[in-house]
Amino acid sequence: MQLQQATAAGTAVRKPGLGRILQDTKYVFWREMLLVIRDPFSLIFSLVQPLVFLALFGPLLGAAVGAEAFGGESSLQWFLPGVVVMIALFGTSMTGSNLQYELMTGSYERILATPLSRSSLLIGRALKEWAPLVLQGLVIALASIPFGFVFYPLHVLFGLVVIGVFGIGLGALSYALALVTQGKEWVFWGVQQTLLFPLMILSGIMLPIEAGPRWMQVLSLFNPLTYMVNAERELFAGGLGSDTLWGVVAAVITAVVGLAVGVRVIKRSTL
Amino acid sequence: MIHTSKLTKTFTVKKEKIQAVKGVDIDVERGELVAFLGPNGAGKSTTLRMLTTLLAPTSGAARVAGVDVVADPAGVRSRIGYIGQGNGGGHSYRVIDELIMQGRFYGMNTTDARTRAEQLLKSLELEDLKKRTVIKLSGGQRRRMDVALGLMHSPTLLFLDEPSTGMDPQNRANLWEHIMRMRLEHGTTIVLTTHYLEEADTMSERVIVIDHGEIIADNTAGRLKSDLAGDLLAVEVSAAAAAKVRGLLGRAAAAGELEETAYDGVIRFRLRLPDGARLAPGLLKDMNDAGAPALRLELKPPTLDDVFLELTGRSLREGGKV
Ligand SMILES: Nc1ncnc2c1ncn2[C@@H]1O[C@H](COP(=O)(O)OP(=O)(O)OP(=O)(O)O)[C@@H](O)[C@H]1O
Ligand SMILES: [Mg+2]
Repeated sequence: MQLQQATAAGTAVRKPGLGRILQDTKYVFWREMLLVIRDPFSLIFSLVQPLVFLALFGPLLGAAVGAEAFGGESSLQWFLPGVVVMIALFGTSMTGSNLQYELMTGSYERILATPLSRSSLLIGRALKEWAPLVLQGLVIALASIPFGFVFYPLHVLFGLVVIGVFGIGLGALSYALALVTQGKEWVFWGVQQTLLFPLMILSGIMLPIEAGPRWMQVLSLFNPLTYMVNAERELFAGGLGSDTLWGVVAAVITAVVGLAVGVRVIKRSTL
Repeated sequence: MIHTSKLTKTFTVKKEKIQAVKGVDIDVERGELVAFLGPNGAGKSTTLRMLTTLLAPTSGAARVAGVDVVADPAGVRSRIGYIGQGNGGGHSYRVIDELIMQGRFYGMNTTDARTRAEQLLKSLELEDLKKRTVIKLSGGQRRRMDVALGLMHSPTLLFLDEPSTGMDPQNRANLWEHIMRMRLEHGTTIVLTTHYLEEADTMSERVIVIDHGEIIADNTAGRLKSDLAGDLLAVEVSAAAAAKVRGLLGRAAAAGELEETAYDGVIRFRLRLPDGARLAPGLLKDMNDAGAPALRLELKPPTLDDVFLELTGRSLREGGKV
């Protein structure tokens, strides 16, 4: 049982800073991604779901609301970016649920005791929920081309980055929620579900909010998701204007707020 | 390596205050091997969590590896290793993946991390399990994986919270071999908690006994036993002769406490006799001279449980009397 020590890397004290956060984020993200890589089936399922949704809901939408509500575009062109935002919403708001398992064992504690920076724990995990979206977004976009969807690759890619920034914020909030509700897992689900649906409906993802009553339209203005959906619609249609700008602003604000809350919650009990 | 002053942790659960750790002062020098010994809920894990920055102290201060835990927790984390009481591996991960990632978290490159992981898997007899997911490991195998995780980056100061719990005797011995080797080759400072009395007794140089959040003793196992407990002497005489030696034994017994049971015309005396191995022959001679020769004699060296019993009036053993 001969055991030689490897490099004494542990003694190298690394300085905090942005480069450090990025590097740590990479590690956290990579650890999370190992779950997907070692079990690629989960990814395949995640691709089928939005396609089914798109195929079943899309045609109904066009028939029910009437083409004029979509500003003359094909209903698919209008609906598809919404589906992308929705996948991002569901995915990243689940960040905390995967954490719950690790909270129950000593796994989270073990990782907290490593030198990883706190914000990288949040960002890395949120990005893992976002990463499949890149693939999902591209696949549903490509699959929709035969049905009249016009594909602007660069715009779509940029749109996915913007939604990724938003997802970091939402993921961090979900992470914080999991920590706060530790030991009462059902509270996590209660809060997550209760918030998710109003946010979604009030953003015009499923149905155009312009068709709704005035109070809903006003409420939707205070919903960051509204700006995300509008930005994605503009980008997916090949545009690049004020909607996109507002979307970027909303995404950055969500990310900053989410990370601030997340780091605070982590540091509330630990150092 | 470690210095704390009045380190305190109070939890508040539903307005009820739980004083888990009550102002402990601990000093550990570089290269020491220290064991925290105490019953369930004594505050061992809570103390370790404060020292490893996983819990903010309610009051008091602690410096670990030269760094203040409150002022620079990140600095502390990069200088220590921690093996917690729970299982550290993520359920759905493969053993080898978790080990390599752990190395990466501490800034090792992938090649070094892989080499180190393979070494540890081999020496902890986990080689065949490296591609298994953690959830498919047995309890003892998981515990060994936890140890491997904690050793990945070869820390100079290592905290272990009940590392050997759940391991079979062979693996426990193997774990200790690791720990001893780390000390020998690298001068690693080691702080651990344990429930196993023999472990604290034979392996650690220094034992800190903790109960109800307070340190009630802190010394080498040998000193604790000789100072606080003394050997346990049981001696039997015929019922007729008992009266002649009762006074004699009472004077020899620690704190004058003499226990007496009678059966089949024999009286059995039990007493604590500090430094008993040296004193017993003389005592036997005195009994002979008094006309009450011993019929039977047992002399047991003290254990740490005796120390704990002496200190608290309770036993640390399973189902110990209160
Ligand atoms: N997060 C917490 N919230 C509230 N009380 C806690 C918390 N953690 C520990 N305690 C309480 O603090 C006390 C000390 O607990 P601790 O885990 O430090 O004990 P221990 O000595 O490690 O015990 P064991 O041998 O069972 O591991 C116990 O009364 C425990 O119930
Ligand atoms: Mg404990």
